[in-house]
Parts: sequence; C-alpha cells; structure tokens
Amino acid sequence: MELLEQISENLQNGFDEKVAALTKDAVEKQIHPKEILQNGLIAGMNVVSKKFKNHDIFLPDVLLAARAMNSAMEVLKPLLIKEGIPIRGKVVIGSVKDDLHDIGKNLVAILLKGAGFEVIDLGNDVPAEKFISTAMEENAHVIGMSALLTTTMPVMKKVVDLAKDEGLYGRVRIIVGGAPVSKEYALEIGADAYSYDGANAVETVESFFPVNS
Amino acid sequence: MINLLERLRSGEILVSDGAMGTMLFERGLKSGDCPEAMNLSNIDVLEDIARLYLDAGADLIQTNTFGGSPLKLASYSLSGAAPLINRNAVLAVKRAVSGRAYVSGSCGPCGKILKPYGDTDPEAVYESFEIQMQAFAESGCDVICIETMMDLNEMLLALKAAKEKAPGIPVMTTMTFEATPKGFYTIMGVTIEKAARALEEAGADVTGSNCGNGIENMIRIAREYRKHTALPLIIQSNAGLPLIEKGELVYPESPEFMAEKAKELVDAGVSIIGGCCGTGPAHIRAIRNSISTTGIR
Repeated sequence: MELLEQISENLQNGFDEKVAALTKDAVEKQIHPKEILQNGLIAGMNVVSKKFKNHDIFLPDVLLAARAMNSAMEVLKPLLIKEGIPIRGKVVIGSVKDDLHDIGKNLVAILLKGAGFEVIDLGNDVPAEKFISTAMEENAHVIGMSALLTTTMPVMKKVVDLAKDEGLYGRVRIIVGGAPVSKEYALEIGADAYSYDGANAVETVESFFPVNS
Repeated sequence: MINLLERLRSGEILVSDGAMGTMLFERGLKSGDCPEAMNLSNIDVLEDIARLYLDAGADLIQTNTFGGSPLKLASYSLSGAAPLINRNAVLAVKRAVSGRAYVSGSCGPCGKILKPYGDTDPEAVYESFEIQMQAFAESGCDVICIETMMDLNEMLLALKAAKEKAPGIPVMTTMTFEATPKGFYTIMGVTIEKAARALEEAGADVTGSNCGNGIENMIRIAREYRKHTALPLIIQSNAGLPLIEKGELVYPESPEFMAEKAKELVDAGVSIIGGCCGTGPAHIRAIRNSISTTGIR
C-alpha cells in the first residue's frame, strides 16, 4: 500500500519520471494493474482535481500531474489491455467545425486523460459527421464538444441530431462546453450535459460511469 | 503628438477603444477565419473601425493584431505573412487617426503552453514576439499593448521582445484575472501582486488588466494593482460575461453602466480606461463623457 501512496504523492507533485519508475516497481511487485491505477494514479489525480477546483493549485500544477499520469499510463496500459480490464471510459473530444479555438478543449482532454479516461482528440474544426463516425468506430462512451463562437454552436445540435439518426443517442453521452455555451443551450439541443470548466467536465464525465465498474 | 507617458504623468485620464472582433464580424469576417487575415485583404475595414472609435472619443486606437504573432498565425498557415499583417494594421490605424489618437499595437498570447507545463520552447515564443514587435516598430506604432496574458513567463517574453525590438516605444502590459473565492488569479495562478511587481521590474511602462468578467471586478483589480505598483494603470474591461438570449450572444453591461463605474476606476487610480469583449463605440463614447466630467485627477 505504501508504494501506491508514493505513486499518488509523486503524481500530485508532478514528478513524471518518478511516477513512471514507481509504477514499474509496483508492476514488478505483482500489484494488480487495476489496483495501481485506482489507488495510486487516480487517487492522486483526484486530490489534484479537488485542489484545482478549490483554487489551491492552478493549471501549471494540473498539467504537470497529468503528464505524470500519462507517463505511468504508458507502463500500465499494455497490461490493462492484456488483462482485459477496460479503461475507465472512452471519450471522443473536439472543437466544432469552423471553431479554431482549442485551449479549453485541450485542458479538458488533459484532465480527462489524467483522470484515467481514454481520450480521442479530434482537434479543431471537427465536422459533426466526424464526431459520430469516430464514436461508432471506437465504441466511445462519450462525445465532448467545445465551441468558443456563437456562430459555431449549431454544429453541436447537428451532432445530437446525427446521434439520434444513428441510434447512438442515449448510448453515447454527449457533453458540451465553451464560453458561449450554457446549461440552457445544452438542454435545448438535447445534449446530456453542460460543463462550465475543465474540472467540472471531468466530474460530469465521471458521473456517467457507475462507481464500481 | 505629446508623449503618451508625459500625459499620464501629468494626471490626465485617457480613453482607449472597445472590442475589435464584433466589429470585424459585422464587416465580413467569417467565423473560423483568421481575424488578422483581414489585414491582407480588407484594409478599408480596419480604417473604418478606427474612425468609429476615434469619433467615439478614444485617445488610443488598437490595431487588429491580437493574434498577429507568427506562432499564433501558424494555425492559419499565415506565419510568413506576420510582418505584413502587423505592418498593414498599424498603417491603417495611422491613416484613419492621422495624429488625433495614439496607435496602439495589440499583441495577444501565442496560443501555446510553454515548457515545462506544455510543449512549446520559450525561445520559439520569444522569437515569434520579436517578429511582431519589430513590425510594430518599423511601421511606427505609438505604443504597444501586450494583452489578455495569463502566463507571466509568456508576458515577460513579449515585454522583453518589445523592449529589444521596439526600443523607445512605451509598452502596456495587461493580464486577465479570474475572480475566485481566494482572490484574483490568472488561470496559470498568477496574482496581481506578482504580476505588478514582475512587470514593473521588467520595464513595463503601463500595467493593468483586460477582459475579465465585468467592470465591477475591474475596480477591485485596479485597487489591488495600485497597492503593488506606482506605474500608470490601464483597465480594458469586457461588458460582463456573455449570456444567450434567443440564440444570440448578449453582453449584460450597458454603456451607461460601464460609464458610471468608470468613475470608480479613476478614483482607484487608473489612467487609461477602455473596453474589451462586448464593448463598442457606444460604450467608449459614454465612458469618454463620464471621464471628461471628472476631469484631470
């Protein structure tokens, strides 16, 4: 158990090489990969998310912690796949068509990866069809969309409509965010959720998954 | 024209302009297009906008170069055109104002996260700002405004590039803060005190804040700056956080409201007051009138 606590602590401090090395140690000591993920990495990331939400730490600390998480996931991911342990969930994410702003979207992607989700980042200027086809090909659980311009927001509605057409609606959860987007708009277009910031996006995506899956 | 800094030192209160983006959208900019690409194809529009703000009473007119650093332009494959994009923008405002207002070269963030937190080399960011600052200097900007910065390191690189490539041109530095229950911070965790001290030490001529979420917070931000620096202060507030009404983006703060609050900015020791997102010529005119009745501090 002590080793997992060390992983968590080092992750919180953003020491990526140390976290990767400790994760290798843990694997060699036959600690179950799922245990390492849950009680080491995700436990550490949860502390980071909470501190970020409370404004005790800021984006730079989160970025370093997320990088440490990623370095450990490189060690763990092959083992998790080999054991048939599902990753926490798969999220397709992108900024909608004609919207080239991506700082918010990138932050959400980093935080989701940090929280142990598999993230397929489609980048900027993503057409509605691309969100849907990727979600189908990848068997994704969640589609996350960001818009920074009012003029690009209708693409979000198009994705929801396409999801209905393709029978994905209800199976793939749709979450939207970005400066001009609101909870009311999310409701209006039939999205499953709206998030006002990066930390909230992670909480919302987490709420889509039952605790003991 | 009288030196800007001398006027500020004499206690004069100046007004700068309002938002650029909305004005561009109303004049043909398509969403998703590069706003600065207008500087290559639609120079008349830049002159029109400058004239509107000049007529509204602005003493400083900003150029359409917020995203004009080569790194930022790279997302539109326009890096190579950076010198021309910046030069055209400065010259357009110069033509429009012909000595009746200061031409303020706008420089926004590069859009990348710097190492060690992100993957972009600080050297690359510095070189990118150098190109923009050199274009400002060569085309004859009166003042440079580095704005909407959230990372103090990036701000300091831009300031250093300005001092290096545009010596003698005053530099204004504004950061964007969020109100948290624990005080004001940029998303990168920079406090007002830290920004004020570092920027004064690094040679900024004017400092302050822009964008944010509403002018009432800006009054608190200005008071906090005043505690930590003797530099002249600039505040360019947005008109509050946008709301959606009938599918349209609406900024809640009216010209009258902002003009009334602008007096409190003067009381807090601010020397230059302007607008950001959601403000237009009507806001600037109202602020101008409200400030003029206050007079020289």
